[in-house]
Formats: sequence, structure tokens, C-alpha cells
Amino acid sequence: MSSVIVRIPTPLRGFAEGQSEIAAEGADVGAVLSAVGAAHPELLARVMKDDGQPREFVNIYLGSDNVRTLDGMDTPVGEGDVLSILPAVAGGAE
Amino acid sequence: MNRISLPAPLREELSTIAVDGYPYETCGVLVGACADDEVRVEKVFQARNLNTERARDRYVLDPDDLMSADLAAREAGLEIVGFWHTHPDHPARPSETDRQAAWDGYSYVILSVSGARVEDLRSWRLNGEGFVEEQVAA
Ligand SMILES: [Zn+2]
Repeated sequence: MSSVIVRIPTPLRGFAEGQSEIAAEGADVGAVLSAVGAAHPELLARVMKDDGQPREFVNIYLGSDNVRTLDGMDTPVGEGDVLSILPAVAGGAE
Repeated sequence: MNRISLPAPLREELSTIAVDGYPYETCGVLVGACADDEVRVEKVFQARNLNTERARDRYVLDPDDLMSADLAAREAGLEIVGFWHTHPDHPARPSETDRQAAWDGYSYVILSVSGARVEDLRSWRLNGEGFVEEQVAA
């Protein structure tokens, strides 16, 4: 188990008592996010699907790496790592 | 109505990128501060459009660029307040594709761009299922 800082994007802070960062413990990305979700279920619902994968328009970064380019939610985390929850932004004229 | 303040130099920065990028969509991140129902933009960042197959009418904002903008924002004591993108030869109104990806709580600035100039700039906020326009101030 490592203690990790989870950065919360501005629009989701209302589901985390206004906090911009939450410390949580876990062995991998999914476990850390689930630990955050145990205290803040509405926040987790906006980040993760029931199957434990990130929602379509959400990206999770471990440090400066998108976890989709690592082992996804199974990516191991280390003490003091920083996880960032970010929107996946897309669209267009059509 | 929500209000977004976008100072003239930042607006010009966006216009230059929009015209240079035409006929392709360009996109980026708005960094600033929020207070109640007013958003103040202090910096704009351009991001890569990863949708190269349909770059004339679609964009996928490079998440690595978004991550960099988030770091820069936090270092400056600011936050990501929204995103901007262009609609080449289309009105500055959000499409269904825009709506599907949008989050509540961010401003989405759209620039309508023709070959030579920006025809219109509008800002939108998702409110549950639909977009609501917000007032753009200097
Ligand atoms: Zn659009």
C-alpha cells in the first residue's frame, strides 16, 4: 500500500467537500480511486464505470503519464505518487 | 446568465491560432479562476488536435497537452476553467458531438472561422442535458 495524492478537477470538487486534492492508499490506480470513492461515492461515479474502467470522457494520469498508456487501472503506484483526474476533451463542428 | 471574461489580447491570441489553423479545427485549454457565476480567463493554451482523419470538423484534444496545462495552471495558483475549439465554416454553436463529451462546470468557447477571419466567438456551459450560452466580456 502506498499513500498517493489524487488531484480532483474543479467541476468535481463539489462531490469531495470542495477539496482539490485527496490523499488515499492503495497498491494500484484502481485501488487508490476506489479508496477515494469509498468516502466520496458521487465523485467515483463520475470517474469510473461499474466495471472499474475509467469513463469515456475521463483520463487518469499517474505523474505525467496517461494510465491508458501504462497498465490502465492495474498500474502500480508508489509512495508519494500523484494521480490526476482530467476530462477527455473532444467534439467538433459536426 | 453566467459570465466569462476573456481579455482582448487572449481573444486575439485565439483568433490568430484559429485563422492559421484553417481549414482545420484547432483547440486548447482556458486557464484562470472562477468565482460564483463568473469565470476569468488569464491564460490560453493551444493543444494538438489528435483527430487527423476528420480534422476539418472534429477534434480530440491531446490529453498530454491538457495535463501540461493543468500543471502550469496549478503552479500559477490558477485552474483549468474551460476549453476552446474552432468551427471552420460553421457557426459558433455546439454540435451534438460537443455535447456528448462536455462536462458540467467548464466553459466551452467556440470560434467560428472562415478562411480570412474569425466570424464569431461564443461561450457555452453544459447545464445537465443541454448547453446554455454565457456572456463573453473583455
Ligand atoms: Zn464544436
